[in-house]
Amino acid sequence: MQKNTPAERLYNGIIAENPTFSLMLGMCPTLAVTTSGINGIGMGLTTTVILTASNMLISILRKVIPDKVRVPAFIVVVASFVTIVQFLLEGFIPSLNAALGIYIPLIVVNCIILGRAESYASKNKVIPSIFDGIGMGLGFTVSITILGLIREFIGAGTLFNVDILGGVGYEPVSIFILAPGAFLVLAFLAALQNKFKVGAAKRGIDPSNPTTCGEGCSSCGNIMCKGRSGK
Amino acid sequence: MSDLMNVSSSPHVRSKVNTSNLMLMVVIALLPASLFGVYNFGVHALLVILISVAACVLTEWLYNKGMKKTQTVGDYSAIVTGILLALNMPPAISLWIPALGGVFAILVVKQLFGGLGQNFMNPALAGRCFLMISFTGKMTDFTLPAGASSKVVVDAVTAATPLANVKAGESVDVMSMFVGNIQGTIGETSVIAILIGAAFLLFMKVIDLRIPLTYIGSFTVFVAIYSMAAKGGLDVNYIAAHLCGGGLMLGAWFMATDYVTTPITKNGQLVYGCLLGIVTAVFRIFGGSAEGVSYAIIFCNLLIPLIERATIPTALGKGGQKA
Repeated sequence: MQKNTPAERLYNGIIAENPTFSLMLGMCPTLAVTTSGINGIGMGLTTTVILTASNMLISILRKVIPDKVRVPAFIVVVASFVTIVQFLLEGFIPSLNAALGIYIPLIVVNCIILGRAESYASKNKVIPSIFDGIGMGLGFTVSITILGLIREFIGAGTLFNVDILGGVGYEPVSIFILAPGAFLVLAFLAALQNKFKVGAAKRGIDPSNPTTCGEGCSSCGNIMCKGRSGK
Repeated sequence: MSDLMNVSSSPHVRSKVNTSNLMLMVVIALLPASLFGVYNFGVHALLVILISVAACVLTEWLYNKGMKKTQTVGDYSAIVTGILLALNMPPAISLWIPALGGVFAILVVKQLFGGLGQNFMNPALAGRCFLMISFTGKMTDFTLPAGASSKVVVDAVTAATPLANVKAGESVDVMSMFVGNIQGTIGETSVIAILIGAAFLLFMKVIDLRIPLTYIGSFTVFVAIYSMAAKGGLDVNYIAAHLCGGGLMLGAWFMATDYVTTPITKNGQLVYGCLLGIVTAVFRIFGGSAEGVSYAIIFCNLLIPLIERATIPTALGKGGQKA
């Protein structure tokens, strides 16, 4: 796949550099709001919208923002979008707003968003940046929805609030929808995907670097890349 | 110190002590408490113990098999975990709960961290706390199973443990708490049966007195101070009820002394014991539930690396006066 094309950005965000399982970014919402599948999707899509918009604006402004004050500038951009999205949620989906609570304003300091602004949007053209935001956002959404579904299924016996196991006399293991369950499920999923990655690496595929890397390592956000260790 | 420094030339005398016979001695030491539990609560208690042990051993066997690791079932440590877990169960518990607890204790707490010697907290207690958080109602329901001999447990209808009565401010019969014909988990009720097992371990030099005594001692001091401050006088019956009630004895002699989850330094063990006593007393007196031993022990397990770092003995030739 060619570097910086929309398709490559989507693949990169969802699979290769999945923010939750590969980059281990955004752990705070990942652990806190994934008590159910619905919460996972809600949080993921909210973040996707903000990430896409902020990536776009930061990419547009990348030549205007002075290098020395770039982080405050990024935060102002992100915070503006978070405020807009929060008002929209309050107005149109109040139930989701109530379920996510404090974690919506906290999207401002979500390290996925600041990380993409710093390592991608501030250095690349607008269209790839938009698709980078969509890809990363969807990767985040898919990951935390899976996490939320697993916790909801074991901890409450439901999937998307539909009762699945209640009919067969299943006793919910409620620790899974409490805080320890988040750490347990996240650890098991990370261990599983590491197992697949190690397996792929043994067969001679470098899963952390599926594209031929043409740029310098300083502009690259891939912390898993083996080429980085020498730098 | 000096006798350690004499290293003779080979052949050396080899100790016969190894993991499996140490663990076997712990299993033997747990027998009095287990047998009393079965005598007190009937056949269902025996089933709980067997299921819990089977779950632990089977999990370890399957894990080692599946992960192509050296088979470690033969060291009896999974059996110890299984018995301890079962002794922490209410007697009328549904049988799938100890099975699930055993799988969690062995798979998540022990094997995934690298097996015996690498587990960062006591597997049996972590399994119990996992079940406690998940099935609070079932794990604190101390009604008797159908087969229990009601002549042993005088007070067969009430479901509260004496410790809960103590917390509620009621008076309790300390003598029956010492003998064990009270409500409680399968293995914690009889202080005397636990002390017989502990005496065996002490005699065989499997454990020493350092942790149990500092644990029970600091606990007693804390409860005595509380009793003086809050009740206006030293209430001996209250202190004795706290000492004989709940899992304190089982915890102090069998779970706080687990080799893997105690500090290796001697001073560290003293610190660990005192800390356990204070944390247990705080949980029991000020906490929401009547019992606090399990949470106190796994909480202090997490502090062990810090305790060890603070109590590293000075190496020979280091420290002292600089010339």
